[in-house]
Amino acid sequence: MAFLEVRGLRKSYVTPRGTTDVLGGVDLSLEEGEFVAIVGYSGSGKTTLVSLVAGLLAPDAGTIVLDGQAVRDPGPERGVVFQQYSLLPWMTVYENVALAVDAVNPDLDSVARRKLTEEFVALVNLTPAMRKRPRQLSGGMRQRVAVARGLAMRPKVLLMDEPFSALDALTRATLQEELLRIWNERRTTVILITNDVDEAILLADRIYPMTAGPAAVLGPAIEVGLPRPRVRRHLSLSPAYQKARQAIVQFLRAVRPRGAA
Amino acid sequence: MTRATLRNLVLPLLGLLGVLALWTMLSQTIARDLPSPWRTWQESSRYILDPFFKDGEMNQGILRLAFYSLLRVGKGYLLAIAIGTPVGFLLGLSRSFHQAFDPIVQFLRPISPLAWLPLGLVVFQKSEPAAIFTIALCAMWPTVINTAVGVRSINQDYLNVGRVLKLSRLKMLTRIVVPATLPYVFTGYRLSLGLAWLVIVAAEMLTGTPGVGGFLWQEYNSLVYSHIILSVVTIGAVGLALDRLMGLVEARVKTG
Repeated sequence: MAFLEVRGLRKSYVTPRGTTDVLGGVDLSLEEGEFVAIVGYSGSGKTTLVSLVAGLLAPDAGTIVLDGQAVRDPGPERGVVFQQYSLLPWMTVYENVALAVDAVNPDLDSVARRKLTEEFVALVNLTPAMRKRPRQLSGGMRQRVAVARGLAMRPKVLLMDEPFSALDALTRATLQEELLRIWNERRTTVILITNDVDEAILLADRIYPMTAGPAAVLGPAIEVGLPRPRVRRHLSLSPAYQKARQAIVQFLRAVRPRGAA
Repeated sequence: MTRATLRNLVLPLLGLLGVLALWTMLSQTIARDLPSPWRTWQESSRYILDPFFKDGEMNQGILRLAFYSLLRVGKGYLLAIAIGTPVGFLLGLSRSFHQAFDPIVQFLRPISPLAWLPLGLVVFQKSEPAAIFTIALCAMWPTVINTAVGVRSINQDYLNVGRVLKLSRLKMLTRIVVPATLPYVFTGYRLSLGLAWLVIVAAEMLTGTPGVGGFLWQEYNSLVYSHIILSVVTIGAVGLALDRLMGLVEARVKTG
């Protein structure tokens, strides 16, 4: 059995206008230390999938097993970087990260926890902004805090739900490269949800395309045969990059939602 | 002086002059018992210019009287928020508590202070605790309701952060629920203070205790109508000052 094994995951929502099937049987498997991306159209149910794996929602059917343990409720071993940052606005950068550090390291003394918190803040290059509150930060800086908080949970798998989609293109590129650097250092197991094919290829080892809803499922995984460490400007011309891109785009075109161009 | 500040200064002044003119006109024509602004000033100036004198229980400078009222309001208000805040949190946090007590809250909320006060007198047998009881009971509801609404409108993302981190119930409350609700709570505090001040006049009138409201009622009975106007103006000024003060506190909490 794989490190993370998702089988036959189904979820539907009951609305006043009837039942909407969001996920129609999602299968997914990850090995430890793998970086996997899930690419799909907006509104196809990617966030629902993250919430299910995080344990924030209960599936209607299907199983999620992480490291031999069935997922039933949320926990820091499945750290989440939320789409809207969801930093706590009444806490400083330091305090937001410390909340996670303190929660997962109750056995450490306060000096060690402090050191650990400062390490995670430094990892995302925010030491100078450590005492600032989220609203004093740019979108890119906020998302860095969210990444630091996610990593500070020491997760077995880090779930990232469209972490960069709210950022402008230049900031997004910078943060993608930072994530690439951090991942090279730490090799955390990651599931990245995105609607950006290039982002997925740049970052991931393997990519699952997602069909447009209702009742979305994942297509067959596409291996990204690019060596690491990766540098963006060398990538787009390589044949492996083009091959992966073509495979994903072809799949997504074939399953595009009704009315989409 | 710029055009804008001129407008901000001149227009309110014009408004005030207009009201004074209307008042003068009324006092000269249809309401001849109503003292004119000038007569009101003449008969009240001692209370304003020497605001802390004390000739007797009910004949004191206006700020001294206002101070008594504020003290009474302060006690009732503190009682109101001391009870109202936890009740609001419980209403917002617990479904069962909400189902059990929300109908009662909705039922008690519109009851006038005039209705509570006699009941307070029956229960406490003394006017002072009865007045404080009435203020607390009437001023509590905005705090209760705003706190409950605040708890229920916490951003789900914040709660999810706490759930992913498996925070204990206590930590969830102190680190996430309370700070997220605080801006609503303080809006409730401001509205509650306004209500508490509104109730004081009724409470003092009925119990005859020294304070702005008690003074107002006594002067009505002694036919010194100018002092009624003095009391009314004082009540308005103090109420405005309290509201502004709480507005500042509220703004600090909101940006903090």
